Amino acid sequence: MTNSDPSDAEAGRARRAIVATHGDLAAALVAAVAQITGRADVLVPFTNRNLGGEEIERGLRDAVDANGAQVLFTDMLGGSCALGARRLLRERPDLVLVTGANLSTLLDFVFNDDLSAREAAAHAAEKGRASITVSAAPAEVRGAD
Amino acid sequence: MPIELYRVDDRLIHGQVVVGWGRPLDLAFLVVVDDDVASSEWEQELYRMGVPPEMDVHFHTVADAARLHGTYQHDPRPGLLLTGDVGTMRRLVDASGDVRTVNIGGIHHRAGRVQRLRYVFLTPVEEVELRALAARGVTVTAQDVPSAREVPLDDILSADGDA
Repeated sequence: MTNSDPSDAEAGRARRAIVATHGDLAAALVAAVAQITGRADVLVPFTNRNLGGEEIERGLRDAVDANGAQVLFTDMLGGSCALGARRLLRERPDLVLVTGANLSTLLDFVFNDDLSAREAAAHAAEKGRASITVSAAPAEVRGAD
Repeated sequence: MPIELYRVDDRLIHGQVVVGWGRPLDLAFLVVVDDDVASSEWEQELYRMGVPPEMDVHFHTVADAARLHGTYQHDPRPGLLLTGDVGTMRRLVDASGDVRTVNIGGIHHRAGRVQRLRYVFLTPVEEVELRALAARGVTVTAQDVPSAREVPLDDILSADGDA
């Protein structure tokens, strides 16, 4: 490991991250991660439903503090969760924000507790980005174009 | 083409604005009217983060927005003007004198506010300001996203939060 930050495993602590999204997406993503991995102890869902900007920032701060979270995942660059998280980063420089998170992002994150939180977040973001592909059936299946 | 929507939304630029309204209205620019944001490069950069590259965004004080209002109204491209609270929208309407409709898109819970709709909470002062807008001929309705029902001001003010 090249980063001077200790991994959570080295520090002997459970890593936590907040997943903040529109609607029920966070709860669904966290449930999907638990279904696939059996790890229900890493990710904490947060929804912005019916919350104003100040309430979102306060809710994220409370969730981070209550869970000792080091990483925030949000669904949408420029969404209100990302804005609230960016504001929180001003006062919590150790926090890391990943926007545009998807299921592949979160799956990668929960399995990388041998990395520091910052490294694991960066690795997870790259994994999520790489997981988006576009496929089409071969021409012979689609018929002549 | 006039500004397509004058919206009060305490989140200012966020998903509902950029995507929810931005796509169906084919918005080319946003005008954010907020004295605090207009004086903070950091805040402006924060909001720019959520705006797609093909969409322009302008940040103004109320005074500057009123002065430039005609320019934006005559922009051939569709635009949306945002304020974060009712009082700022009322000041803009008073200063520009040429706003026909105001959309209440999201005013959320805060001490002293009473819930009127799922996404609209108002203080008594804000209710007076909305009535003042209506009294000067502005049509005030609530609608968080284009597919939602447009709620007239009288219905907003008589609602008990269940709508």
